[in-house]
Amino acid sequence: MSRIQTRFAALKKEGRGALIPYLQACDPDYDTSLELLRAMPAAGADLIEIGVPFSDPSADGPTIQAAALRGLKAGATLGLVLQMVRAFRETDNETPIVLMGYLNPIDSYGPAEFCFDAAQAGVDGIIVVDMPTEEADLLDAHAREAGLDIISLVAPTTSNSRLFHVLRDATGFVYYVSITGITGTNSASAADLEKALPRIREATDLPVAIGFGISTPEQARTASRIGDAAVVASALIKTMAGTLEDGHATERTVPAVLLQLEALAAAVRA
Amino acid sequence: MTNTSSSQPSPLSNSLRSGPDDRGRFGIFGGRFVAETLMPLLFELDEAYRAAQADPAFREELDYYLKDYVGRPSPLWFARHLTEELGGAKVYFKREELNHTGSHKLNNVMGQILVARRMGKTRIVAETGAGQHGVATATVCALFGLKCTIYMGATDVERQKPNVFRMHLLGAEVKPVTAGAGTLKDAMNEAMRDWVANVADTYFLVGTVAGPHPYPEMVRDFQSVIGVEVKEQITQAEGRLPDVIVAAIGGGSNAMGIFHPFLDDASVRLIGVEAAGHGLDSGKTAASISRGRPGVLHGNRTYLLQDKHGQIEEAHSISAGLDYPGIGPEHSWLNDIGRAEYVGVTDDEALEAFQVCTRTEGIIPALECAHGLAHVMKIAPTMAKNQIIVLNVSGRGDKDIFTVAHHLGVKL
Repeated sequence: MSRIQTRFAALKKEGRGALIPYLQACDPDYDTSLELLRAMPAAGADLIEIGVPFSDPSADGPTIQAAALRGLKAGATLGLVLQMVRAFRETDNETPIVLMGYLNPIDSYGPAEFCFDAAQAGVDGIIVVDMPTEEADLLDAHAREAGLDIISLVAPTTSNSRLFHVLRDATGFVYYVSITGITGTNSASAADLEKALPRIREATDLPVAIGFGISTPEQARTASRIGDAAVVASALIKTMAGTLEDGHATERTVPAVLLQLEALAAAVRA
Repeated sequence: MTNTSSSQPSPLSNSLRSGPDDRGRFGIFGGRFVAETLMPLLFELDEAYRAAQADPAFREELDYYLKDYVGRPSPLWFARHLTEELGGAKVYFKREELNHTGSHKLNNVMGQILVARRMGKTRIVAETGAGQHGVATATVCALFGLKCTIYMGATDVERQKPNVFRMHLLGAEVKPVTAGAGTLKDAMNEAMRDWVANVADTYFLVGTVAGPHPYPEMVRDFQSVIGVEVKEQITQAEGRLPDVIVAAIGGGSNAMGIFHPFLDDASVRLIGVEAAGHGLDSGKTAASISRGRPGVLHGNRTYLLQDKHGQIEEAHSISAGLDYPGIGPEHSWLNDIGRAEYVGVTDDEALEAFQVCTRTEGIIPALECAHGLAHVMKIAPTMAKNQIIVLNVSGRGDKDIFTVAHHLGVKL
């Protein structure tokens, strides 16, 4: 079993959903984001999503845009992100790591080389925002060969028939983009989620993670119960950004994010 | 010339005009690289566009607006004085600057707004660089009473003030984008973010032959009226096709529009002129084909200015309309199969051509097409007097007089 399967199976036994915090690699610098990454599991992260900085994050709101810029300024490259995952794996071989980003840096790295190197580094899955099912043949075979899950995204606009098409060969888990919009802006209501999830479960047996617009412990709790996992991104990054001075980390940076993560985790576990 | 099967739009066709394929690809270029949220909308748009194409009433409606509102056909002007000054090939101007709103942009906008109306959309978003596409979009929104939001880089808002004011007068909301360098690339990102957040009522009216399929094809089709008219007009004037067609390229819509009807006419050389900015090797350029490599941005695979890690680089050009680090995917394909040539012209060369055109022909060209003219000025003298060049004068230069004055050291 993959790390992702193992983790979701264990959580099912516990009878709760997962909390998936997100951090942008090298935001605000390599050492700080690695320190944060390493501390996340103890603070309640069940899986971790690492954002790969890209110059043109057209599906992201202002908070993650700014984080990506800080990451790039600090020298983030796809290679450096993989190095960060390798460093994390030195001390944690269980928490699943999923990279989230845009296609061009992967395309530039080389799809086959990237899938191989990512799996070697200890990455479990990848979410490529601007690679819909229709274009996924670019990575599919390489990812399968490397044992890397390509996490499928579905959205409120994805019709029932299209859900079956998109999720036919899906692996790992499914990422439900719960609003029509960009990250860190609006939130879906519990009623919206209650309506959407049965549609998705009709088309797949994989765990469903819910993301986009989840910021409070209450929202994380709701999403992790209606779905199988809640992804919290912009809310954590906003907290981090608030601790920076001239764009640089301070001694408050990592503790502040972890404190918020603990509160989110407590709600998900309550 | 690489003529492999992967470069062909369709293995069944000998025509270069049959692309894209059903995945929206021209060879390896194009495609639909967007978030899942937008995929169903692209299918819906594709369907609506096919239905419109098949409906004679749509064609009739479009022809009506093109003739009586846009002012088509635009003339093909023999630039006698310029030709004499250059002392070589005969130079003709396709006068797209005479269209309503002053550029070729309205050809595409008029077509798409009729599609959007058929789809029942009530709100329009668009990106703009120089503001020409924004003005054209705001114009049709005024005409049809639709809500209109235009995203424009903050840098461009500053250097294209007249067009910003025009858009305001036309009732559009202009949102300056401060991300990145505040130019067309950043405006495109922001327009896509708006679209994904307002999918129910909003139509994204793309201004160039780029973006996810079917936009590159649809915009090309609506702009092809330029080349179709040129074919008829030059045949009438000279009894034959031109030897060379030259057009400036940002995203490449005016070039694609004039090239496409000639793709199968092998005797006609097609030359796209990219903005070289301070020079092709200066690092301050917008020449995506000359200095970029294939990658994925804004929904399509195409030549992009990017660093070795796949981060998109800022483009630079004196012309806000050319200041974009990508290019339409069909141009990338035409480059790779060798059907069209792509060259660079610097800011300074364009400024010089701007003045020559104004002085010799009494036509103030947009800085965009001044790039095309600068290349014409290089090649015309090397050609025989019985040879013919057609330049697409895609827009008028009134919007650029402040920029030009600034560069010439004149205070207005």
